[in-house]
Amino acid sequence: MIEGILIGLETAFSLKNLMMVMIGCFAGTIIGMLPGLGPMTAIALMIPITYGFEPSTGLILMAGVYYGAVFGGSTSSILINAPGIPGTVATSFDGYPMAQQGKAGKALAIAAYSSFAGGTIAAIFLLIAAPSLSKVSLAFRSPDYFGLMILGLTAVSAFSAKGHFLKAMMMVVLGLMLASVGQDTLSDIPRFTFQNMNLSDGISFVLVVMATFAMSEALTIIFKANDPTRVAKQISLSQLGSIKLDKDETNKMLMTIPRSSVLGFIIGVLPGAGSTIASFLAYGVERNFVNDDEKQKFGKGSVNGLAAPETANNAACSGSFVPLLTLGIPGSGTTAVMLGALLGFGIQPGPRLYQTNPEIFWSVIMSMYIGMVILLILNLPLIPYIARVLATPRTFLIPLILFFSVTGIYLMSFNNFDIYLMIGIAVVATILRLYDFPMPPLILAFVLGGLMEENLRRSLLISDGSWSFLWDRPLTLIIMLIIISIISWQCYKSFFRK
Amino acid sequence: MKISPSKIISLLFFIFSGFYLYTAHQIQVFTFDENAAFNAKTFPIYLGYAGLIFSALYIILPETKPSNVDLKVLDYKKTIILVILMILYGLTILRVGYFLSTSIFLVFSYIVLGERKWIWIFTLSFPFVALFMYLLHGLLNIYLRDPFLQFIGIMG
Repeated sequence: MIEGILIGLETAFSLKNLMMVMIGCFAGTIIGMLPGLGPMTAIALMIPITYGFEPSTGLILMAGVYYGAVFGGSTSSILINAPGIPGTVATSFDGYPMAQQGKAGKALAIAAYSSFAGGTIAAIFLLIAAPSLSKVSLAFRSPDYFGLMILGLTAVSAFSAKGHFLKAMMMVVLGLMLASVGQDTLSDIPRFTFQNMNLSDGISFVLVVMATFAMSEALTIIFKANDPTRVAKQISLSQLGSIKLDKDETNKMLMTIPRSSVLGFIIGVLPGAGSTIASFLAYGVERNFVNDDEKQKFGKGSVNGLAAPETANNAACSGSFVPLLTLGIPGSGTTAVMLGALLGFGIQPGPRLYQTNPEIFWSVIMSMYIGMVILLILNLPLIPYIARVLATPRTFLIPLILFFSVTGIYLMSFNNFDIYLMIGIAVVATILRLYDFPMPPLILAFVLGGLMEENLRRSLLISDGSWSFLWDRPLTLIIMLIIISIISWQCYKSFFRK
Repeated sequence: MKISPSKIISLLFFIFSGFYLYTAHQIQVFTFDENAAFNAKTFPIYLGYAGLIFSALYIILPETKPSNVDLKVLDYKKTIILVILMILYGLTILRVGYFLSTSIFLVFSYIVLGERKWIWIFTLSFPFVALFMYLLHGLLNIYLRDPFLQFIGIMG
């Protein structure tokens, strides 16, 4: 393990990769701040740029963008009560009231310190847990993987769309359907291509991500009359206040950070839970831990109330890399995008990744920590300036997002068909989003589609066409029972609980 | 009786799943694979049934959390114009070339969205695209087809 860490440090500390972390953190912060654009969009926008890079460099850039975007999301939550991503919604509960009290600088500083601390603690957990988890995951067989993938899809559907479980499940099926287009991997038989040569290789992952996130988000912003960026123009730098924390505030943070980090990391490791659940849960748990006086301040600018979700969401971000790197199963929509990028580089994440490509495995883990440090050093002094990006008028923002999306696809295929297909998917996605049909389950299903079919094929062939493989092995049975309990809980919540 | 838009979308998804299932059954598999435990159409057939089941459940069961969308506040005009601009952009990108089509797309999009500051419209279109092209083509060695720039002799 020490050898691996040293390889990772050597790769991560090369001048080129350090530059990539810095660029990634900065670009991610700016993209994450823009309302509606989260880490998933930020990473999707980076994919075409990473084409010419080595896999480790490309992944380091994406890891930097990921953390930057999460921090950026907190900035817009605190300054204009417009969370860039769902994971920072809880941040706005106490961050925005603090900003309204003229303590925006302090709130941003608390967010930065908490993110750093949460990320650091989680990176240490990741360092310890990832190799042992990869050993455990070697015991997994095809039926277990198939079960885990269903679990991931069910969990994402359950958590990503509160109260819209059936809609999320429809999106899962749609994602799997889109993934089934193209030649069958084993027999090369064309499926759903309608004799169109452009579809014989299937639909590109970047195309689907760009269409359902970047492009449809841009269209949604135009479609809906609300324009949070206009509010941002009203913010002046004089309103940001000091970024220095007093002793009492520091002490409060020191109490909150450890418990929220542990909670965030554990939630992040679970497939489908991700930073949104982690931040809400940490906020709720923290409220139960503090004394009655502090409890009264929750929702009105509490330091604990701000530090808890910020710590937890960053810890969850690190945690979500555990199932991605060790099992090859993304724990969230964002890591699903990263899985697609990894597959694009020709790397199959999974238990053997850290044996076959140790430089990638360890350098990603190391660069996460470096990313945290850079975020703190880079963003803290730049807070007043970064905040100005929020004032970018949508008249420029939207066309630029559309331009980046089209360029991303054009660079991949150099044909018009993919551009039209992307526009078509984006229009459909915009309408679906309008009526709360969530997109993360669709992306996760699209990414997992091929692997899921492959594992189902193996499982059914081994069991001679019998579905008994779902309960033959204790591990598969446990996974299936968890899936059944998630579905039952969703049914109970939807129809019996008032 | 008023049917919610979400139910209409689910109904469309039900029809789509039915079509998907029909097409899945039409997939030609090898003769020796016809009766195998798993062949090229097995997974799509399961997906077709899953789509039918989930959409049917949504249509039949009462909505626990209906989505409220005020259709009057939506800006249809600008959205449709932007989509048309993107289609035109896609149509011209190969024939005219990346530089000109992208710059013109950006100029028109800025104007459609209400921007009137010409200095910014110009700066964030032609020079911006030129800089972006230099980054991709010049620095990152990513090939960009551009008949227009080739015609005027700027690009090799």
